[in-house]
Amino acid sequence: MKPFTYARATDRADAIAQGGNATYIAGGTNLLDLMKLEVMAPDKLVDINRLDLAEISGTDDGALRIGALVTNSDCAADTRVRQDYPVLSRAILAGASGQLRNKATTGGNLCQRTRCYYFYDMAIPCNKREPGSGCQAMQGFNRIHAILGASDACIATYPGDMAVAMTALDAQIQIEGADGETRLVPIQEFHLLPGDHPEKDNILAAGELITGVILPPPVEGKQIYRKVRDRASYAFALCSLAAVVEMDGETIASAALAFGGLAHKPWRDPDVEALLVGEKPSADLFGKAADQLLADAQGYGSNDFKIPLTKRVLISVLKEATDKGAAA
Amino acid sequence: MTAHQKMDKADSRNRLDDMVQGLVGSPMDRPDGPLKVSGRATYAHEWDVPDMLYGVLVRATISKGRVTDVASSYLIGKNGVRAVITDDRLLRRPAQGGADEAPPQGSKQVDYFGQPIALVVADSFEQARHGANILAVSYEAEGNAAFDPEAADTETDQPEDDQLDQGDLDQAMTDAAFTVDQVYRTPGHNSAAMEPHCAIASWDGDKLTLRGSYQMLNFNINELADALHIVPDNIRMLSPYVGGGFGSKLGISPEAVSAAIAAKEIGQPVCVALSRPQVFETTMRRSETRQHVRLACGEDGVLTGIGHECLVSNLPGESFYEPVTQATHFMYGGKHRKLGIEVARINRTCGGSVRAPGEAVGMQVLENAMDELAEAAGIDPVELRRRNVPDRHPEQDIPYSSRRFIEALDEGAIIFEWDKRNKMPGSLREGDWLIGHGMAGAARVNILSEAKAKVTLLADGSAVVETDMTDIGTGTYAILTQIAGEMLGLPADKIETKLGDSDLPSGPGSGGSWGAASTGSAVFLACEDIRKAIAKKLGIDEADLRLAEGKAGRGDTAQPITEVLDGTPISAIGHIEPGQTLEEMQQATYGSYFAEVAVNAVTGETRVKRMLGVFGAGRILNEKTATSQCYGGMIWGIGSALTEELVFDNRDGHIVNHDLAEYHIPVNLDVPQIEVVLLEERDEWASPIQAKGIGELGICGAAAAVTNAIYNATGIRIRDYPATLDKLLADLPGG
Repeated sequence: MKPFTYARATDRADAIAQGGNATYIAGGTNLLDLMKLEVMAPDKLVDINRLDLAEISGTDDGALRIGALVTNSDCAADTRVRQDYPVLSRAILAGASGQLRNKATTGGNLCQRTRCYYFYDMAIPCNKREPGSGCQAMQGFNRIHAILGASDACIATYPGDMAVAMTALDAQIQIEGADGETRLVPIQEFHLLPGDHPEKDNILAAGELITGVILPPPVEGKQIYRKVRDRASYAFALCSLAAVVEMDGETIASAALAFGGLAHKPWRDPDVEALLVGEKPSADLFGKAADQLLADAQGYGSNDFKIPLTKRVLISVLKEATDKGAAA
Repeated sequence: MTAHQKMDKADSRNRLDDMVQGLVGSPMDRPDGPLKVSGRATYAHEWDVPDMLYGVLVRATISKGRVTDVASSYLIGKNGVRAVITDDRLLRRPAQGGADEAPPQGSKQVDYFGQPIALVVADSFEQARHGANILAVSYEAEGNAAFDPEAADTETDQPEDDQLDQGDLDQAMTDAAFTVDQVYRTPGHNSAAMEPHCAIASWDGDKLTLRGSYQMLNFNINELADALHIVPDNIRMLSPYVGGGFGSKLGISPEAVSAAIAAKEIGQPVCVALSRPQVFETTMRRSETRQHVRLACGEDGVLTGIGHECLVSNLPGESFYEPVTQATHFMYGGKHRKLGIEVARINRTCGGSVRAPGEAVGMQVLENAMDELAEAAGIDPVELRRRNVPDRHPEQDIPYSSRRFIEALDEGAIIFEWDKRNKMPGSLREGDWLIGHGMAGAARVNILSEAKAKVTLLADGSAVVETDMTDIGTGTYAILTQIAGEMLGLPADKIETKLGDSDLPSGPGSGGSWGAASTGSAVFLACEDIRKAIAKKLGIDEADLRLAEGKAGRGDTAQPITEVLDGTPISAIGHIEPGQTLEEMQQATYGSYFAEVAVNAVTGETRVKRMLGVFGAGRILNEKTATSQCYGGMIWGIGSALTEELVFDNRDGHIVNHDLAEYHIPVNLDVPQIEVVLLEERDEWASPIQAKGIGELGICGAAAAVTNAIYNATGIRIRDYPATLDKLLADLPGG
């Protein structure tokens, strides 16, 4: 671990004032691992754990605000979340371990970095860690890597579960900047595709602080989180799908489908959703939706299987979501 | 007094059965258990040694070549860094189990990616780690490294002792009514012991004390002495608690020697602990295997031929190779036999012993092939195995010692309700899950090793057991306490068992499942001698002596043992040696596994729903610890079947998944309630306590029961382990 200075912020203004040339630390469940390996080597840590951001509260317009410091455990266990946004609760509980969820926070989890093996090994070149040094995953072992939205520079994936469910729920992220202004960013715009700058995971500018996540007022429909992984627990998603699907009689009224483990960000495809809306559920329709989703999918060898896997998962989840008999 | 016994003939006295204290065999809790769960058991990294510095090893980032420069001067004296050690005695590779001498040394030569090449020593661990992270090293790489064991231009050799060509297997295959002719592959494994390797070295003049986590102190002390160029008498090694070994701590590894060199050079104690990635890269890996299996049988399912030809790998110059065919030699009959092992020489982390070397992967594949043969011949898999249990060793023509294989098959089939299973692959479905059942046989060679132990019956009526034997989480403290208590008629709390100190009488340590029977026999012999001394004092035959609850006598005339001792302790050393019974009898342990799995028809995810193991391993010394060993082995089997795989990047040979996030050992949710049944057995050829090894038996074929069940569930044969979902996906029906 490279020597660093440490400061504990007393309030938001203090944190942001100090945050310009520093890295925020909350639960530290990912950051500390990366610092031990020196994949991340900040000169300064600003500890935000004492900030008043650990509340879950309803807003006047019926939305739910989850403070950035709400732990994953608390968020998953919250009655309002379990009742109105069960897909979020299920997604969180499908990730990590009880111990990690007790420490990990909502804001920190959004900033979780990729689990690409080559990113974690300082002896191996990696464009995300060191721009321009090359990508060894592309020609190497890439079981957990992207099949959608990757670039010539990087095929890493965003590894989390929570953000996938939030994406299906159209969450917005509250970000406070150096000017003291808060901006609201739709979660789909928060994480970035790797493009030519894989070193940048998300849109946060220096010193900006995530203060909360707004879940829009509850919607009707079934909520499903399906996560496929290499062991029953404590493994990152090879493919996950958060689905919020509402039926109107015999036809699909709305479908929000967010995928994890496939891309550098939680993946949502409006064309796929548009294809489903207004249609009667059928195997044929679901197959078309999967083909639309995966039209530009590309495997890199050891992750080729994710393409047929994702197709199967999507069809299966849509079947469950539109099956009148099955419980949500 | 020294009581010596060489196992040149069977010991059918079954003396332990004459004892009345009631400890041996009972499910006694481990005396060290409360210490371990409350943090009072001192593991290697936890010793409070004054003035201790910390060392962190630096890894090579080339695969083959030479270190030309280590630019250490800019580091030393800053940020707490005290020294950068590049001594010629640093270990290049870990020592193989039982090496008894130093492994290859000299870290200027690089044999594999991740090899230790230097040690950075600093005031704190964090400072040392940072120093190691930024140390600038220059190399001269050699371009002719080999990484792929199956590449056409990779050099191979064939160990002479492990090639068998008996009869005419090709002809047997041609003449057979039914055959199997398949190639299987198993990936490399890491032991992944919970406690990473660690050593703390302190010098007092020429005397070195090394506190570490090692399995075989008797050998480790000689390996360390040889590596440091000092005499073993100047070294004391302490390993009272070992947080799992599974073979990875059989020999010394780089941390031991580097800590000792640094501590001597700097003049302060030095602690060197390996990070998890370093455990993966610098201690032993189990080799991947390619196994070509051929089975030939008649209409009756009786084998006429067995072929098991294997490719494994190791670094150039290593004598160890994964003994894949070890149990194939004696498990099943068949006149025509071709068994062989070929070793590819590649530049990957050193290959060595990982739990049940040989059988863990060899039995796994042989039992898959037997399942395929059962199907080809239309014979029930249990019955096929029953029909192929040979009367005598099919190659050496010697008899078997106690062997409860058929009983394990039959009892397992009854308990599991095997006859009720669905026999048609792919036809039992519950929702999205395909359900299947599979079984496999288990076998592991039995080994007795030379061991000594000292037992002292103190004047106060308590006893002390002393040996350099280790407890690697297996229950050694418990079983040696039980044997001594049983023989001396003392409750467990009157016995103190001291282990893991190289100054104590030496045994073979823990490994190869030999620890309990070997050191246990030494304790038994010492106690037998003490019993004789007590009998003499009482003027009676030892055979008539009854020792129980701290009283001695015959019949009803017991008196407190303290009175008999009358202020004088009695001490004896027991000394067991293996002998002719190992040569004249085929000794092994046997068992059966039965598994039920569910395979998701959509995603290919496999979940083990239930699993049963029935085992015969001679006398069971402690029902609880023996059962736990079997649980552990079977859980390893689940990992081998479904998830565990060392992934190497064949461009430079580095381990891609060198941590527990991506090297997937089973987690709680992967493991159903496992049932273990231990068969009553005495093996009089194995040891004077009629016990055999049980530590590894649980894994020796377990994975095959799982993959055979996957076949029954889906109709898909997994011949390329592990059975990850991508290998099933294409042939699954879907939702």
